[in-house]
Amino acid sequence: MLEVNGLSKTYGEGERTTRALAELSFTVAEGEFVCVVGPSGCGKTTLLRCMAGLLPPTSGSVSLRGHVVAGPPEQVGFVFQEYSRSLMPWLSVRDNIALPLRHKRLGKAERTRLVEEAVESVGLTGFIDHFPWELSGGMQQRVAIARALAYEPEILLMDEPFASVDAQTRADLEDLVLRVRKDYGVTVVFVTHDIDEAVYLGDRVVVLTQPPTTVQEVLAVNLPEPRDQVETKELPEFAHLRAHVFRAIKRRQELRPAT
Amino acid sequence: MNPARRRRILLIALEAGVPLAVLAGWWVWSVGADSFYFPALPTILTTFADTWLFERVGSDVVPSLARLAAGFGIAVVAGVAIGTALGLSPVARRVAGPLVEFGRAVPPPALLPFGMLVLGVGDAMKVFVIAVVCLWPVLLNTVDGVRGVDPTMLDTARVYGIGGLERLRRIVWPSALPQVFAGMRTSLSLALILMVISEMVASTEGIGYFVLESQRSFAIAEMWSGIVLLGVLGYLLNAALALLERRVLRWHRAALASALR
Repeated sequence: MLEVNGLSKTYGEGERTTRALAELSFTVAEGEFVCVVGPSGCGKTTLLRCMAGLLPPTSGSVSLRGHVVAGPPEQVGFVFQEYSRSLMPWLSVRDNIALPLRHKRLGKAERTRLVEEAVESVGLTGFIDHFPWELSGGMQQRVAIARALAYEPEILLMDEPFASVDAQTRADLEDLVLRVRKDYGVTVVFVTHDIDEAVYLGDRVVVLTQPPTTVQEVLAVNLPEPRDQVETKELPEFAHLRAHVFRAIKRRQELRPAT
Repeated sequence: MNPARRRRILLIALEAGVPLAVLAGWWVWSVGADSFYFPALPTILTTFADTWLFERVGSDVVPSLARLAAGFGIAVVAGVAIGTALGLSPVARRVAGPLVEFGRAVPPPALLPFGMLVLGVGDAMKVFVIAVVCLWPVLLNTVDGVRGVDPTMLDTARVYGIGGLERLRRIVWPSALPQVFAGMRTSLSLALILMVISEMVASTEGIGYFVLESQRSFAIAEMWSGIVLLGVLGYLLNAALALLERRVLRWHRAALASALR
């Protein structure tokens, strides 16, 4: 469904050139949940922004259903890491979620239905008329997820969405994402620096290298469904997989001279 | 009564009490002074009531305020429109930069002779001068506000296909509004100043004209009553704008407070 083909991104010119992404390729199948994990500063966000059409690649391409992505495609929803800066503080939860729907040719009733369903699916029904600044960080990120879901995307790109919430909230939000992904039948690409999170959530895990970043390994996660915060993480396979990813990242780091 | 509460009540008492004390001091001193230039405060207040309540409201206050409102209104609309264009386009900013810097550097009263030459001594000249002086603070603050829109919000708009007028109305303008209001506050004070100056230089009515004419005919109490009226009007206009800002930007203060929490 989504194909990243020889993607390279270079910043700057001449002497000061920084190669962020180098010849990076992988594919995402219909309905799949793919986690992208890598060491910090490895250009995960750059990759996701290229995939969303927010950033033009230097070479290579991203294709969605065979069409090369040149700008943000209509089938893509995006959840940013900085929830507090991606929600509009002058709009209520309802209006924030409805904002992207205004230019979709929908009836008023249809629009209201989409908004209310999305709010319900992220468990914020009682807060629909609140403002973002009246909510906790975890709840704000739920609003951002609801906004993406109401948009009815075919593919949902998530950029370290839970990096700045506490551990318990994070576990709740992880399970929320697994659930809504089933409910909405959406394909997910989830970027994180947290190995546990990547293995817990993903059907496959794409492990990235240090910059210039390329794909180190693609790992199939065959853990039983549904995933469970306690039981899944108790499984020997889970421990094995996370150790494997950890070593893959660690090994590459050791090959590099210390900086 | 807890100390915090007691402190608040004390502060409110001081806030109301100090101006009253100053007023009382002026009253006592001016009654005793018997000065030609400083008539007794009771005389000024009586004159104020006789002159302004409400005899000259239609002939002087309304024309003054109408010109102020027209000039200020034109400046806000033009300032936000031009400021938005400059804020969105680095090229336009570059091109217009020297002109804007020059325009705002010209002392506004220097435009009066030009205004009189081209537009005569009527309302048009006064509205023009007020609008020109009010334009710059609104324009410059709008440019800053529009440039300062959070990049994540703009990315959000792009991802969700929010563009054109929708993007301006729902994202760029609300985000720039706190700065636009800061510009409007500065402009409003300038508007009042230029309203008075333009009426003193060339007019046959208006509050500024009245103050100058009273001075020329040695009606000192009348002159003072005009000055008091201008002070009261300035105070009320600022208070009205502050009230509007509090209502419109409620989200802004609340969001700032929650970010600090």
